Amino acid sequence: MQLDLLSEKPIFQQIAGQIEDAVFTGGLAEGSRAPSTNELAALLGINPHTVLKGMNLLVEEGILEKKRGMGMYVAQGAVEAIRRKRQAQFYRQYVRPLLEEAAKLNMSRADVAALLEKEEKHGSD
Amino acid sequence: MEAIELKNVTKRYGGVTALDGVSLTLEAGKIYGLLGRNGAGKSTLLGVLSNRIFADGGTAFINGNPVGSSAAQDLLFCVGEANYYRPACRVKDLFFWAGKFYAGFDETLAEEIAGKFRLDVNRRFKSLSTGYRSICKLTLALALRIPYLVFDEPVLGLDANSRELFYTLLLGSYAKNGGTVVLATHLIEEVASLLEEVVLIDHGKILLQRSAESLRESGYCVAGPEQEVDRYCAGKHVVGEDRLGGLKLAYCLGGREPVPAGSPLQFSQMSLQKLFVKLTEREAENG
Repeated sequence: MQLDLLSEKPIFQQIAGQIEDAVFTGGLAEGSRAPSTNELAALLGINPHTVLKGMNLLVEEGILEKKRGMGMYVAQGAVEAIRRKRQAQFYRQYVRPLLEEAAKLNMSRADVAALLEKEEKHGSD
Repeated sequence: MEAIELKNVTKRYGGVTALDGVSLTLEAGKIYGLLGRNGAGKSTLLGVLSNRIFADGGTAFINGNPVGSSAAQDLLFCVGEANYYRPACRVKDLFFWAGKFYAGFDETLAEEIAGKFRLDVNRRFKSLSTGYRSICKLTLALALRIPYLVFDEPVLGLDANSRELFYTLLLGSYAKNGGTVVLATHLIEEVASLLEEVVLIDHGKILLQRSAESLRESGYCVAGPEQEVDRYCAGKHVVGEDRLGGLKLAYCLGGREPVPAGSPLQFSQMSLQKLFVKLTEREAENG
């Protein structure tokens, strides 16, 4: 796990993002125990309150669930929840920056579309 | 109230004012960073809290008990630069006596921590290197359960491994036992992620006190052609400026205003250290 203290993204969101990645790619399976706040805080050298804030973000989104006295677990259906969330964010996170950069380079939407098409063909070769 | 409270605390050394009417509240339960340049007044402030330095004016309380009272003394432990231990004492004897003086001291834990640092408990304190003297004092603090733990430049003279180990043990103990930690340091980047709240001190005055997260979120740098940057910065809290050829960089605190597409302005995050340097630079210019 790697945190970027200079990123524009607050640290608690980065922590949430990294745990979410681990769930999405299957590193942390649904139903398995998530790392504890204290383990993460000590490992990453981050204030435990910051770590907890990040994990609570995932609880709110239904990706983690608290089990009384046992810590946090990856919720059933977490992977699907993440997929839906990321699909909803896809435009803002990937498409818009792509088009903004293209505009700076004086590339038209048609140029971008052509590149996407080319990539698709290339990928199917 | 569970807090450290300073009201209008002043300390002068001859013509030098080390603390200039400092009022400050540190609520219990957080990790604080007391940040400031050399000579800013950090050590004097911690000295007043731990009753090693007597203020010329003002009051200081720990959980409502005046500093200097035995009730206040029992609540706070300070690791500073000065060595108050008998030089001929062996490390394990220091642990023994710490156990006698502090009810919350765990001798077994101290030996365990010493092992992790590879501190030989049979050595005499005076025979330890500078780094190991620091480690010895840190070990005493880490094995002590006390509501307020205060460190003055805790990692000076420590190698990278020992510094990392100290931060890990400190966070582990804080996560497990809670308590309040104050880290006074000028090594800002190293402790930035540990801190919940930042207190910035300069020329004996508190410049600001804010949550580390809000500082990190609100500090940013905007770069671009001078005119554009100036137009953007009008009415904003600008803490410093730099010039790189025709490019102007302004360091701002506060909310970021959206700029129209195609604007030549570039935004980037400002680290806590940069923010600190800019804020204290400006003070020096104004002073």
